[in-house]
Amino acid sequence: MQLKINGVDEEVGVTTVSELLAARGIDSTVRFLAVAVNGAVVRRSEWCSKNLGPGDDIEIVRPFSGG
Amino acid sequence: MDDPLLIAGTTLSSRLIVGTARYPNQQVMLDCLEASGAEMVTASIRRISLKGYAESLVNLLGGRYRLLPNTAGCATVRDAVLTAELAREALETNWIKLELIGDRELLYPDVEQLVRAADELVRNGFTVLPYCNEDPVTCQKLADVGCAAVMPLGSLIGSGMGITNPAAIELICSRSPVPVVLDAGIGTASDAALAMELGCDAVMVDTAIAQSHDPRRMAAAMRAAVEGGRLARLAGRIPRRRFAEASSPQLGLIGS
Repeated sequence: MQLKINGVDEEVGVTTVSELLAARGIDSTVRFLAVAVNGAVVRRSEWCSKNLGPGDDIEIVRPFSGG
Repeated sequence: MDDPLLIAGTTLSSRLIVGTARYPNQQVMLDCLEASGAEMVTASIRRISLKGYAESLVNLLGGRYRLLPNTAGCATVRDAVLTAELAREALETNWIKLELIGDRELLYPDVEQLVRAADELVRNGFTVLPYCNEDPVTCQKLADVGCAAVMPLGSLIGSGMGITNPAAIELICSRSPVPVVLDAGIGTASDAALAMELGCDAVMVDTAIAQSHDPRRMAAAMRAAVEGGRLARLAGRIPRRRFAEASSPQLGLIGS
């Protein structure tokens, strides 16, 4: 399935947000992580159940230094 | 003297808000935050590197500081609102320093979009602190839509030009129904003191500390300046006069 992940088009074999994070080596239990799919935040409690579809636009973010 | 800053019902012990970017290294940043006495520090929200997962800024700052996420770099209402929503999810805070940039080179706010984004975020339950022009009308509009404070710029972000329009800042302070936080342009301690003397409730500083020759010392200087400026504001300056007025007694002068 083709997804856009943090602005990059990629072919991945996952069906949920949790699976995507795991496939990326991102520990989904770590705090201070946030995910949006197609411009809407997906709450952490929904990462396991939120199904991804072809062409979905996904943002995975965390806090950085800033002014 | 007990003189806390009150924003949206939250009491902050320091009137200096400090950024976490542009320091030479992480240890200097931590030392500077400590020296500044700041209780609230700012953070950005960025895409994680898909190649690796480094230690989070938040883990580093622990529970020692209140984090104020920003929407720095956002140029559309949609991006700013989504960034705020991601920040709320990531940091478990509904506070947002709203930045909506209208010009990449000047980093000047896009007022029209800023007011719209502020309105939307307030409606969505955010405590919004917008970075804005030093314009009393814009500040009033932002307060009218429910912003918890306004953050007018002293001068361009990172420019170190200080407060280029002190009369406007003073005017905003005298009329604003919400706290005024001078944001952007601070170059050195006297700029921060001036902001407080003009009536600002707080000052936000990043680059002036982080990029100074001795950031730890500048952080301490900013703390002293904000405290000094605030005290001077509360004390009330004397009126300016066109002629001298002797300090020493006029009577008993020898030779008279």
